[in-house]
Formats: sequence, C-alpha cells, structure tokens
Amino acid sequence: MAASVAVNQSTAPGAAAKGAVSIRNVTKVYDPEGVNVMAVDDCSMEIAAGEVCMVVGPSGCGKTTLLNAIAGFHSITAGEIHLDGELLCGPDKPLAEQGADRVVVFQNGALFPWKTLRDNVAYGPLVRGQLSKRDALDKAAQMLADVGLAEFAEKYPGEVSSGMARRAEIVRALINDPKVLLLDEPYRAMDELTKSIMHEALLEMYDRTRVTMFFITHDLEEAIFLGDRVVVMTTRPCRTKKIVDVNIPRPRDYHLLSSEAFRLLVEEASEAVHEEALKAFTAGERELA
Amino acid sequence: MLNNGQGASLGVRAGRMPMFMARIYRRLSATGPYFTLLGLVLWVGTWWLLCEVFSVPRFEKMPGPVVVLSELFSPQPFLGVSVFTEEYYAHMWASCRRIFFAFCIATGVGVPLGLFMGWSRKFRDYTFPILEILRPIPILAWVPLAILMFKGFESPVIFLATLASLYVSTLNTLLGVDSIDESYFRAAGCLGSKPHHIFWHVVVPGALPFMFTGLQISIGVAWFSLVAAEMVSGDWGLGYLIVDAYMNNVTVPMVIGMITLGFVGWFTSVLVRIVGDRMMQWRTRALAMENR
Amino acid sequence: MAVAASGTGASGGGLRRLRWSALKRNAKLWRGAAAIALTLVLWECGSRASQQLGMQLPFIGLIPPPTAVLAAWAEVIPQFGYWESWYLSFKRVLAGFLSAMVVGIPFGLLLAVSRYCREIFFPPFEVLRPIPPLAWVPASLIFWPTNELSIAFVTFLGAFFTIVINVLGGARSIDIRLLRAAQSMGATKWDMFWRIVLPASLPSIFTGAAVGMGITWEVVLAAEMISGGGTQGGGGLGFFIWNSYMGGSLEQIVVGMFSIGIAGYLSSSAIRYLGDRCMPWRRLF
Repeated sequence: MAASVAVNQSTAPGAAAKGAVSIRNVTKVYDPEGVNVMAVDDCSMEIAAGEVCMVVGPSGCGKTTLLNAIAGFHSITAGEIHLDGELLCGPDKPLAEQGADRVVVFQNGALFPWKTLRDNVAYGPLVRGQLSKRDALDKAAQMLADVGLAEFAEKYPGEVSSGMARRAEIVRALINDPKVLLLDEPYRAMDELTKSIMHEALLEMYDRTRVTMFFITHDLEEAIFLGDRVVVMTTRPCRTKKIVDVNIPRPRDYHLLSSEAFRLLVEEASEAVHEEALKAFTAGERELA
Repeated sequence: MLNNGQGASLGVRAGRMPMFMARIYRRLSATGPYFTLLGLVLWVGTWWLLCEVFSVPRFEKMPGPVVVLSELFSPQPFLGVSVFTEEYYAHMWASCRRIFFAFCIATGVGVPLGLFMGWSRKFRDYTFPILEILRPIPILAWVPLAILMFKGFESPVIFLATLASLYVSTLNTLLGVDSIDESYFRAAGCLGSKPHHIFWHVVVPGALPFMFTGLQISIGVAWFSLVAAEMVSGDWGLGYLIVDAYMNNVTVPMVIGMITLGFVGWFTSVLVRIVGDRMMQWRTRALAMENR
Repeated sequence: MAVAASGTGASGGGLRRLRWSALKRNAKLWRGAAAIALTLVLWECGSRASQQLGMQLPFIGLIPPPTAVLAAWAEVIPQFGYWESWYLSFKRVLAGFLSAMVVGIPFGLLLAVSRYCREIFFPPFEVLRPIPPLAWVPASLIFWPTNELSIAFVTFLGAFFTIVINVLGGARSIDIRLLRAAQSMGATKWDMFWRIVLPASLPSIFTGAAVGMGITWEVVLAAEMISGGGTQGGGGLGFFIWNSYMGGSLEQIVVGMFSIGIAGYLSSSAIRYLGDRCMPWRRLF
C-alpha cells in the first residue's frame, strides 16, 4: 500500500509560508551483516508549511528512521524527500546534509550536559556565526526567560528537572528559526501530569512561532491534543495506515481533553493503532535503534 | 538546597551552615568514623604486637610501628632518614620531579592522541593496532632497552614512567570519546556545527569524565613503574631509598620509604581528582544533586 | 515484501560469500595491516641507517632491526632454556594470581555485604593500596624464607588490591531492585548471596581479574629482574631479558620483550574466554 496523502489545509491562521516537507515513496533497508531489515517501505506523506504533523505507530516501527532521514542522520534506500521544494535526499544523494533548518529534539534529551542552559541555547547561532557571542547569549537569555526559565539559565542540565531541560531543548531548537522542528518522542519518559504542562507550553510556543512540526509519539491522546493531523503508521516495515484530521480550532487547552470531539477522534484512531501494536507485539522483534 | 530524604532533621539544622560545616557535622554524627578508627588501630596494633611485643618468628625481622615512627620523627635519626633530614626530602623530590615530567609528557601526548583516535575513524584504524601490539609488553620489559637507548640515570626512568601512563591515558580518553552518546553528535550536527565545533564542544568535554578517571589511574601506574625503574637503575628517589636500605641490610628506612611512597602516591591521585572536579563543574554539581 | 527475516533467507553459502566480501571491504583491517607494515619498515630502515648511511639515528638507531630480532628468535626457539623460562614465569604468575583470586574475591564480597566489615577493614586497605607492589619486594625478600615465596607474595599483592577493589565496586553497584525482587519472593540471605550477589558481581570480578593479570605479569617480571636475576637460579622470562642485557645481546632483549607480550596477551585472552563462558547473558550482542 503506497498511500499518498493530500496536502492538508492548515487550519491555523497566518501560517508561516515555510517548512513544507514532502516525503515521496521513501524506502529504507538496513543491512547489518547481510541481513536485510526493511524499516520503511514506500512511504509517502506531505506536510504543509506550519502544520503540526503527529506520527503515531508501535515501538520500533520505523518512525524514527523517517525522522533520521529528514534530519540527515541516515541515508535512504529509495525515494525522495523535499523541503520547501528543494531536494533534501533522493536517488543520487541518499544522505541529506545536516543543517539548522531542520532541528531535532531527541528522545532522551540531548542538551549538552557540560554547558549551562544559556550556553546550550546560544550554541546554534554561535557556531553558525550568525550572532556575536554577546548577542547570542543575550538572545538565549531572552528566549529562556520567555518560557519561564530565566532563573535557571545559568544551571547545568543535570541540575534541573527533566521537564525544564526538555523545554530548554525546544528553545535551543527554536532560536535557530528552523523551517521544521523534528521531535522524536520528546515526552516519552515523563509522567502524565508533567506531560500535560509540557503540552500546553509547546502549544503556546507553536502559537507564537507557527513552525512546522514533525512529531513522533506513541501516545494517541498526545497526538490528537497537539496535532493538526495524526498519521498512523503500520508496524515494520513502516507505511502510512490511516490519517486522522484533527479539526479542532486553536488555541487549545486542557479542557479539550474532556470534550466529546476529542473522544470521538481518539476512538477513530485507536482501532488502527491497536491493530498495529498487536502485530508488532506478536512479531516480538527487538526495536531498531 | 541539598537536603535529601535521609536525615531530614539533620538537613534542617545543617541548612544554615556553610557546605563544609554541614558535611563535617554529618560525618561526626555517623558511626562510620569510629569504625574506621577502630580498623586502623586494630591494624597498627596487630602489626605492633606481631613485630615488637611477641616477636613472632619471621615477623621479628620487620620493624614495628613504634620503631618506624620514632625513627621517622626523630631529629637525629639512627639510620639516616627522617622528616628532619635533608636526604629524605631529596629522595622525595627526585621521585616527584620524575613523576611530574612523566605525567605531563604522557598527558600531553596521550590525551590528544586518544581524542583524535576517538574523533577520526581513519586515524584510529591506523594507530590502534600498533598500540594494541605494544601494550601487552610490560613496562618493566623495557628497562634494559630504556637504559641502552637513553643515557644517564634520569631519562630512562622518566621514559618508563611516561610509557606506562601513556597507554592508560590514551586508551581511557579513547574510551571516553566512545562513551559519548551519539545523540550529542547529532544534536551538534543539526544545530549547524562544523567538524571543529564538534571536536571542541562535544568530543573534548564529553570525554572529560573518562579522561580524568584515566589520568587518576595513569598517575598510579606512573608511580608503579617509577618505583620499579628506580629500583633497577637510579641514584635517588624513593624506590632507590628502599632498595638501598635493603642492600645495606637496614629495614627501617625501607618501611619509611614504603609509607612515604604510599602517601605521596595517594596525594598525587587526589590532586588529579580535585583538578578534574574543578574542570567538570557540570558533572560535580549534577552528582551533588543526586547526593552521590 | 522483500524482507528477509534473520536466519531464514540467507543460505550458508551466501553467508560465507558475504563474509568474504565484507572482509575485502573491511577497511579497518587493511589500514591496521598497512600501519603495522609501515612501522616495521621504518623500524628496519631506522636501525639499519647506521650501517647504510654511516650515521646513527637517535634512539631507534640503537634498537636491532626486526629481521635481526626474528633471526634471534628463530635461534632461541629450539632451545630448552627459552621454553623453561616461559614455564617458570607462567608458574609464578599463576601462583600469585590464583592466590589473589582465592583470597581477594571472598574478601571483596565480604566487604560488600557487611557494612561493619567494610568500615573496619577498608581503611587499612586504602592506606596500603597506594604503595606500589614493587616497593614490597625488599621487605618481602627479608620476610619470606625463599626467593620463590617472596616473588609469589609480591605478585599476590599486586593482583589482590585490584581484584578486591573491583569486586567491592561491582557487588556494591548491584541494582537494589534485584535484591528486593528476590526478597519479595522469599529468598534467604544465603540464596541472595549465591544467586544474586555473586552472579551480578561476576562482570566486575572478571574485569578485576583481567587488570590484575596485567599487573601480575608486570610484577613477576620485575621481581625476576630484581631478585631472581641476581644469584640463585630463578629463570623466567624476566631473567631471560636481564641475562640478555648483561650478555649484551640486544636482539634477545627484544625477543624477550615480545615473548612476554605474547604471554601476557595469551593469559588475558584466557580470562576473557572464561568470562564469556561464565556469563552467557553478556554475550547477547
């Protein structure tokens, strides 16, 4: 099944005109020691500029592989990926270049533990020579203050809670003004209460920046609460199984969670997710890193 | 504040004190120190009883703690070496100077070597096999060659100590680079770093914890080979002091030499640890939060 | 769907062909070989420079070239004395190492499980630990009646401290959840020790053993050079080197060095092999 998804008309008002990702017939085969493992099979999807695209699927299904291909960490075997009409990777160029237009927020958090939060945030503009050291640090402090981290700016990541570290990591990504933000299960290891606070903070940041997001998760409620569209993936090899459009207006807050519309959407998506999760579980394969 | 779960009342009382006071307070109120004292007293007591009081066969040949300590702290030492004689410090100084040179050279060469090996796959492929072939050869096996290759007393000894700590510092730094989580490299990459940024902002700081563990081991290994080298070929130094006393059939300076070596060796390794903790504030502070 | 699940798709022949092509593609191997070959050539040229060019290079010019070393090696291999030194050194290493294991592992475990033991015995242990093992050699020579015993004692000390520290560290860092799980299933203290503490500390026991083995070789060699190399017949590879040094045979010194390198490598491989056998759960990847 090679599902091609029509461009979703973003419901957000004043959506930014950048960050449209187009994934066309991408296939990825891992070849560790001659044993072919197909992680992604002929997968296509279109993400509109300024859209929050939530990707849901069972553990180890290949969502992360797709993200890694967009970010330029892994090559692809076939297909093409475009960003705003420019080719990122394709048949002649299997590995995309890494660049600050596609910033990743990692599963387990990748703030440099040896830099303070402020130095972490200032890192991107500094290494690209975009800002002077002073300006970069000032801007970093400003952006941290905007998300309520002013008094933690001089702390090391090991000294603050995981929620704060994660928030700072998103700030570190946003300071580069990326075209698309790639989030790889950023709230995986968090409890529900912290998670709900993180969600609201992320929505607030999104309302301000309207940055395109490619957000991987396996929490269906999270997906529907945050996203414009939820793409349900099959188990390995990864293909699009079902797409759920979330036509709930923004700005959203936690009251949404108890609404009827929300419940209906969860119901709509959960059957597909459950089916794939069961398949993945019975296969019992170890997750690919 | 650093009030952790255990001893909440203690935490409240210690809350206003400066950090070190609080730490001392906590130490004194635990049973640990008394047992430690008991252990040390038990050990010295056994030594004393065996050697001096009952003169058990074979042990009678060894000097007891009273003899050693009274010799060590006597202004007119019977056998030539005490804390009041210049000779004692000359030996200590000779060894420390050698260790200083050896450690500096080994760190200066080994750490960059390890960093580059960890950073560049190609460089590692070329250099690692050579290191792996040379490493199983014990340092002491180099003694004759070192004596032949380097003239004089000083340089062979320094060479041997350097070689020993070079392996350790290189390999631990390499291990340190290997231990850095892949996601830090990726994060640096997607924030727009060039290779030299990755080297200075990820590889170097990320390798620091393993590197300093390595340096602590490496200074220990340097002492180990230094003593051996001084015993085989040397004119000054603590190793020489021990072997010289043995040759002259006096046991007290021998034990004094051993005690001094133990102390100086321990002290240098603490020094390295302190420097490491200073350089890795981020780690020290995070560990302090976990109260480890 | 072109997915070959592990094991089902690839036949034996295909697998072998893959291995071979992987070997051909294996840049790491070729680079290593090239580096070693280059080192040997440079060494050869460096040491022969004195004959060919008439000028002696510093340091390297004094070392015999690899070809001469090989020739000297071929010369000693048929000799009985050479193999006897191997045997004698191995015997000493084993004696010291095994006694250190036999005493060190229980001692380390005892320190780990009993808080009182740890508080009483650990401080003196920490006071003695920084003294380099070789500093014990003269004292040991005076104390023990025979040379052989004193070498064994120093060897024992060298490995002992490392093993105890590793065992203690390993046993202390056992995940508390394992112990709680066992407790909740009604394990006795004895069970917990034999079925949890001991297997969970195995990895660090083997790490300690590998490091200790290295130190043991170092110490045996030094002891052989310092004591056995003197008057009473000691033998051993350390003596072999010292003897060559006294006899002025540079080639044989290098032969001795590499022999010890091989011996040390063999013993640490043996430990690694044993470790893999004893800990099948660590072989997963």
